Amino acid sequence: MAALNVSGLRKRYGDNEVVAGLSFAVEPGTCFGLLGPNGAGKTTTLRLCLGLTAPDGGTITLAGRPIPAEAQQARAKVGVVPQFDNLDPDFTCAENLRVFGRYFGLKDAEVRARIPTLLDFASLANKADAKIATLSGGMKRRLTLARALVADPDIVFLDEPTTGLDPQARHLIWERLKQLKSAGKTLILTTHFMDEAERLCDRLIVIDHGRKIAEGSPRELIATHIEPQVIEVFDEAAGKLPAFVDAHRQHAERVEASGETAFFYCRDAQPLLAALATADGLRYLHRAANLEDVFIKLTGRELRD
Amino acid sequence: MSASSLAVTGWFPVWQRNFLVWRKLALPSILGNLADPLIYMLGLGYGLGAMLPEIGGQPYIAFLAAGTIGASTMNAATFEALYSSFSRMHVQKTWDAILNTPLGLTDVVAGELFWAATKSFFSGCAILVVVTVMGLTHGPLALLILPAIVLTGLAFAALGLIWNALAPSYDFFMYYFTLFITPMTLISGVFFPTDQLPPWLAAVGGWLPLAQGVALIRPLLAGDWPADPALHVGVLLATSALAFAIAMRLTRRRLLK
Repeated sequence: MAALNVSGLRKRYGDNEVVAGLSFAVEPGTCFGLLGPNGAGKTTTLRLCLGLTAPDGGTITLAGRPIPAEAQQARAKVGVVPQFDNLDPDFTCAENLRVFGRYFGLKDAEVRARIPTLLDFASLANKADAKIATLSGGMKRRLTLARALVADPDIVFLDEPTTGLDPQARHLIWERLKQLKSAGKTLILTTHFMDEAERLCDRLIVIDHGRKIAEGSPRELIATHIEPQVIEVFDEAAGKLPAFVDAHRQHAERVEASGETAFFYCRDAQPLLAALATADGLRYLHRAANLEDVFIKLTGRELRD
Repeated sequence: MSASSLAVTGWFPVWQRNFLVWRKLALPSILGNLADPLIYMLGLGYGLGAMLPEIGGQPYIAFLAAGTIGASTMNAATFEALYSSFSRMHVQKTWDAILNTPLGLTDVVAGELFWAATKSFFSGCAILVVVTVMGLTHGPLALLILPAIVLTGLAFAALGLIWNALAPSYDFFMYYFTLFITPMTLISGVFFPTDQLPPWLAAVGGWLPLAQGVALIRPLLAGDWPADPALHVGVLLATSALAFAIAMRLTRRRLLK
């Protein structure tokens, strides 16, 4: 049975249909990604799945319970890392965990016994009595993650878990999420960092305007939607790029121009690389196609606010 | 899972969280809550009272003491349900964190209601202790002031949570004080007997929750049984229940839309 099953989900605010017939299933013990540009409906979808708002249509089953009818029972099996930290600023790290355990009906002694392990997992073992205001952004995120684990959930929801973190802090969070997956937890995460999704997710869906526009494993999506090689060409001396693009368009399956950069998507990069070797005024980067290329292709390059 | 999180006691961990925060600052909090009403009571009671005749057979300070217990209970419940609940709901997002657990919105709002009532109980009791030390209580009936404080606190906690659910920012709470709390304090028999008011205003004031609380507290403080205890208890309970139901509905609309 799926850890989370969503079918025909709809949610409308006024005239704006934020979630417009979304269906997906998350297998237990896997990491599932919900990707999409800002305003695509990711956070609303998470809120619907947790029973924090009622859908206008469709069905949701979380941890074997119908949502929102039995959302409170389902949430007993679920941990949540929200997009914005909402740790309790009046408490120490250990108190935050203890107070949160009570919300799950855990006995103080039970939580007290788990606190060292949880703080250890969050690499905050020496911060048990530290106030929240003294923690760095990365420490707060890790404590929020530890807090989500206080009742040993089967399923963990993470809404943009590494937004705003520096690379070190981000890598540590990724490490911990991999550990959770090895421990058999189901992870459901939203992100717009494609490298994060590529590293962590077994399966993912891309949504835009509340609709699913692609689904699969990161590798499948790259193989299905995009040419394997990408050459990014940058204009160094003004004006060289348009002529180069016109002259060499036939060497690539697809070319996208964006400001001072042209993206050549190719199956065989050699002819273009040869041409670039003799071109001056241009710089280039040759790399393998990644999930970000898929994402941009599917959702477009224009800015979303 | 355990059924405990869905039980009628789901509000308790929310109450406990607020209590734990309060405990860290308990002494300054009690002193802060006590100082302001005491200064008014002593200043007006002895200063103004020296120029006034007895009111209903008791010195003005005794009359004012009963009103002060009621008014400081009201103020403590109101401040907690407005400013403190609002910072937990809107600024710190503490409520959002709790709503991600098995607890529901009813647990959160009921926890806030009972906590605001508890804090106002501490406030009302602190004044009652001072009043007792001053020799202004008369016999064991004064102990029944304790449940009267609880009922008054519950009513104002519930009313405050309505305004909390509607508030866009802290500034909004000023209106609640200037339009509701301050005029009510003046027409509820806290500072002077309501027979000094035009009859229609006295009649309106008599039904307000502060007047209902004071109508219980004042005779009990003087060692007498209140004239209509069932009526006052009933009005306070009905106010609490109705206001809580409205607050729940509005908060649900605000947070779970």
